[in-house]
Amino acid sequence: MAGVDEHPDGEITLRVSRYRPDKDTEPGWQDYSVPLRKEWTVLDGLNHLKNEVDTTLAYRWSCRMGICGSCGMNVDGEPKLTCATFLTDYAPGPLTVEPLSNFPVIRDLVVDIDDFMTKLPRVSPWIIRDEEQSVDDGEYLQTPEELDAYKQFSMCINCMLCYAACPVYGLDPHFIGPAAIALAERYDLDSRDHGARERLDVLIEHEGVYGCTFVGECTRVCPKHVDPAAAIQRYKLKAAQESVKMFLLPRALRR
Amino acid sequence: MSGEDLRYRPPVPVLWWTRKLSYFVFVMRELSSLFIAWLVLYLLLFVRAVADGEAAYDDFLDWATSPWLVVLNVVAFGFLLLHTITWFSLTPQAMVLDVRGRRVPPVAIIGAQYVALGVVSAFVYWLVTR
Repeated sequence: MAGVDEHPDGEITLRVSRYRPDKDTEPGWQDYSVPLRKEWTVLDGLNHLKNEVDTTLAYRWSCRMGICGSCGMNVDGEPKLTCATFLTDYAPGPLTVEPLSNFPVIRDLVVDIDDFMTKLPRVSPWIIRDEEQSVDDGEYLQTPEELDAYKQFSMCINCMLCYAACPVYGLDPHFIGPAAIALAERYDLDSRDHGARERLDVLIEHEGVYGCTFVGECTRVCPKHVDPAAAIQRYKLKAAQESVKMFLLPRALRR
Repeated sequence: MSGEDLRYRPPVPVLWWTRKLSYFVFVMRELSSLFIAWLVLYLLLFVRAVADGEAAYDDFLDWATSPWLVVLNVVAFGFLLLHTITWFSLTPQAMVLDVRGRRVPPVAIIGAQYVALGVVSAFVYWLVTR
């Protein structure tokens, strides 16, 4: 292992949560020392360990630039994209690196997100048309204002930090969760989309928007400033308005 | 997944809400609704005492000034403040207002609620003291 002298800025200790399903019944800690460099992120530290120190360490990553959403982990207990979290912010350390909360752990820092993958399609996160326009008729046009209406919610990279931060999801795994609802809102607000009614039927269920108690942590941890908490509350307002309409308006006037 | 399920499922500790300040504030905000309910009940009892005449009103005042009730109401008032402040500051997230194509800034929505609270309070004060 590299000595202190080689690293002018010194070293920092990463306390990494290890879980080897073939050997362990529950996760344990393993301390590693990594060079503390100004330009190194937590992910760089992990990559250094994987390449130079311990090849058995398992974690996910891909783009290392906050686009792919693979490298989410709990750093000092907070859900973070490790590619956007700098080691120097935790100096002198030690800092803990754990898998994201609220998900089953497959190995070390790798979590199982199958639950989200089955929930996401339930909100139909794609453009639904009443009548599909033929390709010959050209694109569905949109003004800059119409784009702005949903753009924020389209920035989601499915990194699962919001699920890891959400105590509701931790306590009730049936809750459909922040990112799925934010993405439903993204398509609802899209001027080209006609699927709002369909999505509302899914989200109006108990494990839909009403599961949320507005803790607001999803919004705080979101690396893309999507603000899922806002999407959910706006949905509740919409759902309430729909319910009132259903109650008050004759069938013919309902949309 | 085939074979034995070896995934580790971390348990949620009972005191999960003490781990982060934001979780704690959230749970206190939820708890505040109990105190709000109490204050509503207290107000109703007060109105009933007023309606029942002078003797009942004096009894109510005696009861209301007993130390334990004063303590309860001071605590309830603290929770009322927490409830009001957090509720007001969360509103802009739930309510998106557009006026002539421009998004109303969150500060304006929060400010409007405090103004409304002030107006209603002033009206109630005028009603009671006139």
